[in-house]
Amino acid sequence: MQLTLWTYEGPPHVGAMRIATAMREVHYVLHAPQGDTYADLLFTMIERRTERPPVTYTTFQARDLGSDTAQLFKDAARDAYERFKPQALLVGASCTAELIQDDPGGLTQALNLPVPVIPLELPAYQKKENWGAAETFYQLVRHLAVKPSEPRAKGDMPRCNILGPTALGFRHRDDVREIRQLLAQIGVAINVVAPLGASPQDLARLADADFNIVLYPEVAHQAAGWMARHLGQPATKTIPIGAGATREFIREVAALAGLDPDLAASEAHSHAPWYARSVDANYLTAKRVFVFGDASHAIAAACVAATELGFKVVGLGTYSREFARDVREAAALYGIEALISDDYLEVEAAISAAGPELVLGTQMERHIAKRLGLPCAVISAPVHVQDFPARYSPQMGFEGANVLFDTWVHPLMMGLEEHLIGMFRGDFEFHEDAAPSHLGGPAAAAAPPAALIDVPAPPAAWAPDAEKELRKIPFFVRGKARRNTEAYALSKSVPVITVETLYDAKAHFSR
Amino acid sequence: MSAVIPIQLDQGCSDAPVLLERGQREVFCGLTGIIWLHRKMQDAFFLVVGSRTCAHLIQSAAGVMIFAEPRFATAILDERDLAGLADAQDELDRVVQRLLERRPDIRLLFLVGSCPSEVIKLDLSRAAGRLSERFMPQVRVLNYSGSGIETTFTQGEDACLAALVPVLPVSMQQHEPELLIVGALADVVEDQFARLFTAMGIQRFAFFPSRRSTALPAISPQTRFLLAQPFLADSARALEDRGARRVPAPFPLGAEGSAAWMQAAGAAMGLSERVEQAIAPARQRAELALAAHRALLAGKHVFFFPDSQLEVPLARFLARELGMQLSEVGTPYLHRQHLAEELAWLPAGTALSEGQDVDKQLDRCRALRPDIVVCGLGLANPLESEGFTTKWSIELVFTPIQGFEQAGDLAGLFTRPLTRRQLLAA
Repeated sequence: MQLTLWTYEGPPHVGAMRIATAMREVHYVLHAPQGDTYADLLFTMIERRTERPPVTYTTFQARDLGSDTAQLFKDAARDAYERFKPQALLVGASCTAELIQDDPGGLTQALNLPVPVIPLELPAYQKKENWGAAETFYQLVRHLAVKPSEPRAKGDMPRCNILGPTALGFRHRDDVREIRQLLAQIGVAINVVAPLGASPQDLARLADADFNIVLYPEVAHQAAGWMARHLGQPATKTIPIGAGATREFIREVAALAGLDPDLAASEAHSHAPWYARSVDANYLTAKRVFVFGDASHAIAAACVAATELGFKVVGLGTYSREFARDVREAAALYGIEALISDDYLEVEAAISAAGPELVLGTQMERHIAKRLGLPCAVISAPVHVQDFPARYSPQMGFEGANVLFDTWVHPLMMGLEEHLIGMFRGDFEFHEDAAPSHLGGPAAAAAPPAALIDVPAPPAAWAPDAEKELRKIPFFVRGKARRNTEAYALSKSVPVITVETLYDAKAHFSR
Repeated sequence: MSAVIPIQLDQGCSDAPVLLERGQREVFCGLTGIIWLHRKMQDAFFLVVGSRTCAHLIQSAAGVMIFAEPRFATAILDERDLAGLADAQDELDRVVQRLLERRPDIRLLFLVGSCPSEVIKLDLSRAAGRLSERFMPQVRVLNYSGSGIETTFTQGEDACLAALVPVLPVSMQQHEPELLIVGALADVVEDQFARLFTAMGIQRFAFFPSRRSTALPAISPQTRFLLAQPFLADSARALEDRGARRVPAPFPLGAEGSAAWMQAAGAAMGLSERVEQAIAPARQRAELALAAHRALLAGKHVFFFPDSQLEVPLARFLARELGMQLSEVGTPYLHRQHLAEELAWLPAGTALSEGQDVDKQLDRCRALRPDIVVCGLGLANPLESEGFTTKWSIELVFTPIQGFEQAGDLAGLFTRPLTRRQLLAA
């Protein structure tokens, strides 16, 4: 048993729902107890979908358990087929139905429905949402993609599939639009985008493409692997988040498509690199940033932070255990240890220990950062309703890079504001206890989660004059100065920290 | 039957046929009750023993509340727990130990059963007994089931309170009746009721659940209990098993409902003359507040999808006090005895349904084209996109709606979506 206050990912059948809901002409019959329909509102409320997810639940109750839940499932599957007439039917069980061991696949086969029935085995006590989405998409592709008997006749333009966007995906809607534009610019045609907006008939013609673009490996990695092996389609590896990665992505796509990419033309709308070079962005240099999210977004964000904004990555982690190795490799680039955990208390402790000036994470990190009084921006699912915005806001491509620049820099104090506070510290309006204007409300002065994190007792006492001197240091670096001084005092076995110790420590750490 | 409630037996829906449906039910499970129960019981912690789905459900339902160091959590079962039952009990002890170390302020811990824990027959009552022995007197450990296979949405509160009834202390009161108000109410509503009861001259009254587990109300055969919520079947039975007697009354929604409920309370305590006087000013305020909404709502058709069991009292309020027409009143479970007064007040011929087959019910709803549909969040936006005006029902459980001072607010919950539709169309 694992004690959980909340969870980064839902159960695997929610992943399957994300695929079914993304697609057209598919219906999912889910053997599940009354109450599991709660998952519908993720789609109707958070993503504000205008239609119910294409999911029929058996919603069995206690009194059904004594009788025939298998019959209940068969009836539900037959009725769902009659009512919705889908091109393909997904069938499976949620966590409770997994325990009662009816066999949705076998039961539905016995109905002899005139459409493909795809049984989903989603082990709810081992796996989670993203795994469920990946497995469902893989099963759909495996069952529905038709391998052509002879090689496809080459058309005028190279063709690709875009794989991975789903319902309830963080910015999937706009990422697809951005990548579509990018591909059009460099002269690549799009065969099928899947699962978002695709029907089973569309999946049947996946083989008509020359190669695949994997936008979200968490969802499409498994299906793309199968397509590489069985349909001979290579797949892209670069995730086009950030201007640099987008350029790399264009080169990779161009190589797969046999084209000569016109980088300059495709880059025309890229403001972010210039903004990052402009003098106002100087103050961003070596800002300490902690990054946490799903593996792809976390790795990409760390790279953008370090190479495009000049931040210092002081923490990198993911809740996606399936991609732990990739995240560890990425973390090694920044000389840090990756945090692989789905326990938010561990994440909170790690953020607290790293002492970042900016947190990039999920909605959970947003709340942790709020509690610690740190600026934060959201880079990955799980997200709340405000991160399914009405406006165009991709993460990918050059417009995505612009969005990232604005989104990440906004919560930080703007350079001039920070400079003024340094210059006028102690001034009646710019004093250290005044809240940063972007955080609103009173300064998040106290209320550290003392109960949650073991803070070791300070190693040495501060002499009054040293304490006074410390207060002259601007408040936004004071915590760091205090920590460094105490660490220094500990290493030198200094019993009382004096003004001398303070400046000795400063000299020590500035080497 | 309280003498002050004018019921004409030749009218209403007392004997009306009810459409019983079986099929897909688009409802929450009882675990959702934790979201408001933990706000009410300030020193209680709710530990769900279930799957990742349960944790995800509570997280989705709790929205942002989950981040303020909440007093609920999930012990997620994994494969090792499914392998052998003895092991699961040890695991549970370990989780509870860790939890109580982390939260030393907790005095009452509920082990909440879920579908997975019920299906594998994990004996949570035995676990609760064992853990209680270990942690008493600091922490009392109780258990109840909030599983979807056994409970629908607000029935979670019923199961929770029913689990609490056996541990209520015995009242030393021998002769005079004392009044117990049963059902979690918003603090502001509770305080208003307490002031009115005092003004009516009721000496001894208490609310259940109490705000702190260290101040649980006492009961005895002299206890008369008045249900504040319509979904408390098991709690009422448990209270009756301990000798307390239920006071029949409609539920305190709207001016009329609140007045009848107060009158029933007064009558049960042997008071009558001061009741009218005590509630008159509040009742007048409520009627005044409702008048403004009646102009907007009168004649409009309303359709209720089943959700909380509040549907029948709400429909009665909308029909009688605001002049609305009832297209269909769906409820997950119809307790005829507890709703007797409400059913008698419903307009004769009201279409009632119990249970659900959601696709068929949607077909009926589309055919009837009501002016406003009361439904869950899974249906609300899809129906809006089809051109219906909806009122999402979960808000009716989370918002203070009971009593005189809230009558206008309650009507406002129904006028707002209609007004909004007009504003956006203009």
